[in-house]
Amino acid sequence: MSSFKSEFRVGFADMLPMLVAYAPIAMLWGTLAAGKGFSPLEAMAMSAFVYAGASQFVAIEMWRDPLPIALMVVTIFVVNLRHILYSASIVRHMDRIPSKLHPFLIYVLTDEAWALLERRALAKPLSLGYFIGVAVPLWPTWFLCSTLGAFLGKALGDPAVIGLDFAFAAIFISILVGFWKGPRTGAVIAASAIAAILGKLYVPGAWFIMLGGVTGVAAAVLLHVESET
Amino acid sequence: MSSIFAMHWQWLLAIVLMGLATYTTRISGLLLMRGVEVKGRMKAALDAVPPSVLTAVITPTVFMTGHAETLAALLTAAVAFFRAPLLVTILTGVVGVVALRSLGV
Repeated sequence: MSSFKSEFRVGFADMLPMLVAYAPIAMLWGTLAAGKGFSPLEAMAMSAFVYAGASQFVAIEMWRDPLPIALMVVTIFVVNLRHILYSASIVRHMDRIPSKLHPFLIYVLTDEAWALLERRALAKPLSLGYFIGVAVPLWPTWFLCSTLGAFLGKALGDPAVIGLDFAFAAIFISILVGFWKGPRTGAVIAASAIAAILGKLYVPGAWFIMLGGVTGVAAAVLLHVESET
Repeated sequence: MSSIFAMHWQWLLAIVLMGLATYTTRISGLLLMRGVEVKGRMKAALDAVPPSVLTAVITPTVFMTGHAETLAALLTAAVAFFRAPLLVTILTGVVGVVALRSLGV
């Protein structure tokens, strides 16, 4: 078996548990889109092309007639600013993947794919097979389940009843724990959480993610001791 | 809904622009890091990105929703700490939050 195939299989196996949470969330988004008048084809187009769950929920919330296009695009951009940090952080683990492929691979770098790839990068550099195994299957899952949701309409009910609204947080917590390297990680987490809470309370929109993210990184830089590297 | 294949052209424009906005954020990290030598403080900063952003994203759900969510988060972290498989930790969180909510926590 080629190393691409075996690495793909490892990536695919790591990603599979995500689908359990991923497919229903995509269907839920589809039902909300249908509620705003989306046809299944339009839902598919949005999920395939925008492909960023949190921002799609925000956009659907804002969807009305006449469509506030400029405001929506700016809002989506702010909600997705964290992806700058995702790609900046992950690209240093992609040395073994031809750089010509990077702009394509980065297109499918969602929260879930990125979190899994960072976890893998703690152990070894990323291979093309692993990257594709993790990131690529999530994409059709997302847009096909969105389409299905839009097709079914409002048949799904409230996700909070079966705890689905918590699935995303549970995924992130599971992966977060793997990054624990002692008290300094605790300081990064605390700084990020406090800044995110303040941002959520006092800054309108989705800036809390970047406020928390950047504050945590700043804490790490302040605590950095030069001799260690 | 008139048809499965209905398309509002203004909506399509919005979708394309939102897609471009999203891709801009994704490609920016790649472009920013091009030719940057990662060591020292820069490495410390980038190493802190995963724990920091993972935390920021879930902070409203975990700390600002209710006691059930905070407790379920602690439970999830505890299970993950003992290196349980991902599916087990996700289910722990999801089942945990439902149970805690139904208990009125």
